[in-house]
This record gives sequence, structure tokens and C-alpha cells, in this order.
Amino acid sequence: MIWNLIYRSLRQHALSTLVTAGSIALASGLLLTVWVVKTQSQAVFAQTNSGFDAVLGARGSKLQLVLNSIFHLESSPGNISAADFEALRRNPMIGGAIKTAIPIAVGDSFQGWRVVGTVEKLFAEIEYAPGKRYALAPGGRNFKIGEHEAVVGSFAAKRLGWKLGTTFHPQHGVSEKAERDHDELYTVVGILEPTSTPVDRVIWIPLEGIQTMSGHNPLAKAEISAVLIQLRAPTAGLMASNLINQSGGKLTFAYPIGTIVAELFNKIGWFDQVLTLLAWLVAAVASGSVLVSIYNSMSARARDIAILRALGARRRTVFGAVVGEAAVIGVLGAALGFAVYAVLGGAVAAIIQAQTGVVLEPWKFNAVFWWAPATLVGLCVLGGFVPALKAYRLPVAETIAPVS
Amino acid sequence: MSLLTIKDLVKSYPRPGRGARLSGRAPGEPASNAASEHRVVDIAEFSLAAAEQLALRGESGSGKTTFLNLVAGILAPDRGSIVLDGREVTALGEAGRDRLRAETIGYIFQTFNLLQGHTALENVELGMAFGRGVDRAHAVELLRRVGLGDKHGHFPRQLSTGQQQRVAVARALSNRPQLVLADEPTGNLDRRNAREALYLIREVCREEGAALLLVSHDERVLAQFEQMRDFAFLNRALGTATP
Ligand SMILES: Nc1ncnc2c1ncn2[C@@H]1O[C@H](COP(=O)(O)OP(=O)(O)OP(=O)(O)O)[C@@H](O)[C@H]1O
Ligand SMILES: [Mg+2]
Repeated sequence: MIWNLIYRSLRQHALSTLVTAGSIALASGLLLTVWVVKTQSQAVFAQTNSGFDAVLGARGSKLQLVLNSIFHLESSPGNISAADFEALRRNPMIGGAIKTAIPIAVGDSFQGWRVVGTVEKLFAEIEYAPGKRYALAPGGRNFKIGEHEAVVGSFAAKRLGWKLGTTFHPQHGVSEKAERDHDELYTVVGILEPTSTPVDRVIWIPLEGIQTMSGHNPLAKAEISAVLIQLRAPTAGLMASNLINQSGGKLTFAYPIGTIVAELFNKIGWFDQVLTLLAWLVAAVASGSVLVSIYNSMSARARDIAILRALGARRRTVFGAVVGEAAVIGVLGAALGFAVYAVLGGAVAAIIQAQTGVVLEPWKFNAVFWWAPATLVGLCVLGGFVPALKAYRLPVAETIAPVS
Repeated sequence: MSLLTIKDLVKSYPRPGRGARLSGRAPGEPASNAASEHRVVDIAEFSLAAAEQLALRGESGSGKTTFLNLVAGILAPDRGSIVLDGREVTALGEAGRDRLRAETIGYIFQTFNLLQGHTALENVELGMAFGRGVDRAHAVELLRRVGLGDKHGHFPRQLSTGQQQRVAVARALSNRPQLVLADEPTGNLDRRNAREALYLIREVCREEGAALLLVSHDERVLAQFEQMRDFAFLNRALGTATP
């Protein structure tokens, strides 16, 4: 019977039911989005290393070095000379620990998409994630050293609408409004399959293509921006880190990459705390709105409740009906919240992918999927208690008396 | 054996102003203080037999609604005894009185008091929902009986006043009550509808074997009853009661 009462009351107040459930849904969607992005991005970013253990680059911030060479964000802290790297390689203490070294050179772009120089080996040999090698879409091949050829990350290719055979002039600088076009005309010879890493957002060309690009400083011919390194053993990383970073030389050795990225999240930690707080505030306001919307209609409902009591409904029945109504609104809102999340979370994941190449999985199970709706329904029930108590205490005879 | 027996029933309301509380008196509070209270009902003795039909005549404001509310247990008397179907109403707790109303009493209110968010059928079903449970077939039959067989899905606002009244009658009888309380049930109806409604109430009560206690100030209504008593003589609070 109580469900009948709840259902009919919701039906009678359909508009306010919808509006209130809608506000709960927004709050829930927001909470889910903030929470999933917060928890997943930290984990996913810290795991993103494109298969490398360390980055060697110019003296400066390790974080900047990693962001630039692994995530292809920010600006490069500067170049190092190939000779410096070779010297390091010959260093008996360090050279032996290096399993693979992939040099990259940055500084150019095309319509906001970064053009990065590297060696064939990156796509031929490196596992960008355990057990995963780069693959080219059918018909494509790796670029050849000495040729004006490009291999394009899947996301960049899709956005640029590039096919095999598309040609382009790299532009100088990495900002959206690149300064000028270089003379060289490059041809797309390969398009990478999606890797869900920042590599997807990059246009890759041979290393010396960047080094010798017309208009670049002639000195740059012997320079690289960074070296991506795979180590034989973690101990070697710590050793190299101590040796290089504390020697006060021209180089920075960023290791381990995950820890350095985690530092970034510590720095922006206040930001997601603010977001979380905001989401909770919205949730509190939304469940408060359940209280207010039921409470406000209470004067109109008082008579109905008194009639129910006069027909023999018990106090706890009318109490339960009011609380139940709040709970149903909460459940409805929480369920709709997943629809809001599908839109909002999907949009945020798409933006993060576009900006960083890192792919979040909004529907990967997260504990927030149950506790956020549960908490919201709980808050709604709590909100329902106030008007329910009013219903419980209602003086029947006076309320039912004809109003003249 | 009488269905309803009342003895020394007294109910006072606090006079408005003077910090009077609307909800009346808390149980343990000292008895009536003549200056601040206004005695509305004071009945020495009253009884009604099972299946009996009785009309009470009373002026407006003479305490008729208050009296019915006391019998229904939605108001607590200051003192006195109300025995309904062998149970002392004043000794029952709140839940017990709810149950008594749900199972034993049908109440036709002065203003119908249909639930606006419920259809005609749903309103009738509400009459039995809190007692022995909903019996849809019975609800349908009652609606047919009051001539609303084709109005199940209508909400009260989609019904005429007379039709609303008939839904209220069907609702009051839906829980198969032993006692139907009717408070000025035809006050809002025109003459013809009033006569019809009254006929219907009495007829259905008779068929269902329910006793009917009706209060009214309308002579035309009262004239239809074989048994009629003057509330003014019954209620000593009016100062006109015969000893
Ligand atoms: N909650 C209340 N508080 C104070 N006084 C009340 C309250 N309810 C009713 N009264 C008073 O009790 C008296 C009797 O009221 P009641 O409603 O029982 O009259 P009635 O006989 O049903 O009148 P009517 O025929 O107009 O319906 C009136 O004087 C009224 O002012
Ligand atoms: Mg009255």
C-alpha cells in the first residue's frame, strides 16, 4: 500500500518530482565525473611512460622534461648535444645500464599538432606498454632515415583527416599559431594504430629532419631535445640519477617517470580537492532540494495526510510514505545521474584525450559507482525525515476541518 | 447489544488567544479550567445499536463534527467513555484507534475529503487499504452501486460535486464498516442530489449491515429518518440539554 501512496504522490507532483530528481542527477553526475577523473587520471598518468624508464635532457625541471618528452606538453627545457649523450653512453658506470636509448628532437608542429623527430627504432622495437608494440594501419610503413616522411599518431591523423600520402609543411614552433612554414614537404607514409598514449597525438618524422630543417639554427644539427631510456635494472636508474643530477653538469636525468608525474598531481592536488568539494556541495544542495520540495508541498499535502490518517492509516505508514517518496526521488535521481555521467564523464575523457593523449575509461568499475548513489539516496532519505516527521505529528481533526 | 455506547463524554477546546495550544491538552494535564476553555461536547449517555440508523439534529457550531471525531478516535476526549464494538476507544493507543477506524468505521466527511491525486477507484480502495486490505472487486462493485461504474479513472476534479459525494460514500463503505459516521453528507448538494445521496447512503448501509450515525441541521435530510434525536438535548455543553 505504501508504494501505492508513494507512486500516486509522485504522480500528483510529477513536475516537482522531475525537477528534484533532475537536480539529484546533476549532482550525482558531477560527483561521479570528478571522482572518476580524479582517481583514474592520477593512476593512468602515473602509468603513462610510453615504455620508458627514464628521460635524459637539459638541465632543468624533471617534471618539465617528462611532460615535454613523454606527454608532448609544455615546452622543452632545452637541447643537449649528441656528444654529451655519447659521452654518457661510454661512461662505464652508466652505459652498461642502458638497454635502449631513443633520441627525440622537438620544436616544430603542424596546426597545433606537435612534430617530433626520432629514430626508426622507436616504432620497430619499443614496447610502449608491456607486451605491446607499435602497429601501423594497413598499407603504412615506418619512415626512412634521410627521407621527408612521417608516421602519424592515430588521434592526430584522425583529427587532421590525414591519409597515407598526405603531404604537409612542418611549421616552426609548437604553439597553435605557428610562426612560419618550413620549406620541406613531408609525406605521410604510416599511420599508427591507437595506443592510448600521448604518442597518438604526435606527428613523427626522422630525427635529422628536425635537426636540419631549413631555418633551424645550424648548431642544432648536432643537438637533440631528450633521450628516452629503457634501463636494464632499476638500481641503475637510481645510480644514474645520483650521478648525473648531482654532478652539476648540463644534464638532467628524470627517473622514475611515474614518481615524477605523481609530483604533478601533488601540485594540482588542491584543484581536485576544490572540485570534489564542489561536487559534494552540489550533492548537499540537491538533497536539500528534496527536503525543501517535499517540505514546501507539505502544507498542501497536510490535508491529504490527515485524510489518510482519518481513513485509518497509521502514523508510521504516513511517515514511511513521505520518507519513501524522498528515497524514490533519490533513487530516480541517482539512476539519471549515470546518464548525466555518461555525457559529462565522456566529454571530460574526450577532452583529456585530446589534450594529452591519455585515455581514461569512464565505465571501468570504480567504487564511486556505488557509494555516490548510495550516499545521495541516503541524503535524500535524511531530507525526507523532516517533512515525514511533520506528517507523523499532524493533528488529524484540525487539519481535516473544512477550510472556510 | 449496542454497537456504540457513550458515557459522560466531555470535550473542551482551549479558547483562542491566551497562548492556547491547538493540539488540545496533553494527557496528564489538570482538568478543565473554565476561564480558558470552551466546552463543546458534554454527553451523559448515548448508544446506538448494530445496523441502527439514527440522525442527530444540531445547529451549526453545536459540536456535531467534534462529536463524530471523538467517536472516530481522531480527537481525544477530556474524559468519558466510548465503547465501540466492545472496545473502549479512549483506552486504545494511537495505533489502536487507527486500526479501529481502518476496520470498523466508515466516515463520510462534511467536505468529502477525497484525495485529489487519486482516481475515484483509488479513493475507494484507500478506504480499505489500511484495514483488511484492498479488494478491488468490492471497490468496483461499490462504485457501480453508487452509479459511477464508468468513472473509475476520473480524478475528483473531473467529477461533479454530487459524483464526488458518491465516491465518498463508496469509500466510507469500502472497508465493510460496522459503523458509518456521516457528517452533513449532503450539505454541498442541491436538493435532488441530496435526496438521492441520502437514499443511497441509507440503502448501502442497510445492505452492508452497517449502523449509520448521521448529523445534520437540514430538516429535509432529517425528515427522511425514522429515528431522529436533537443534539441540543443530548449535548449538555449547549446548556439546553434535558436532565
Ligand atoms: N480545533 C478547535 N479549536 C478550538 N475550537 C474549536 C476547534 N474545532 C471546533 N471548535 C469549536 O467547537 C465548536 C463546535 O465545532 P464543530 O465543528 O463541532 O461544530 P458543528 O456542529 O460541526 O458545526 P457545523 O454544523 O457548522 O459543521 C465551535 O464553536 C468551534 O468554534
Ligand atoms: Mg461540522
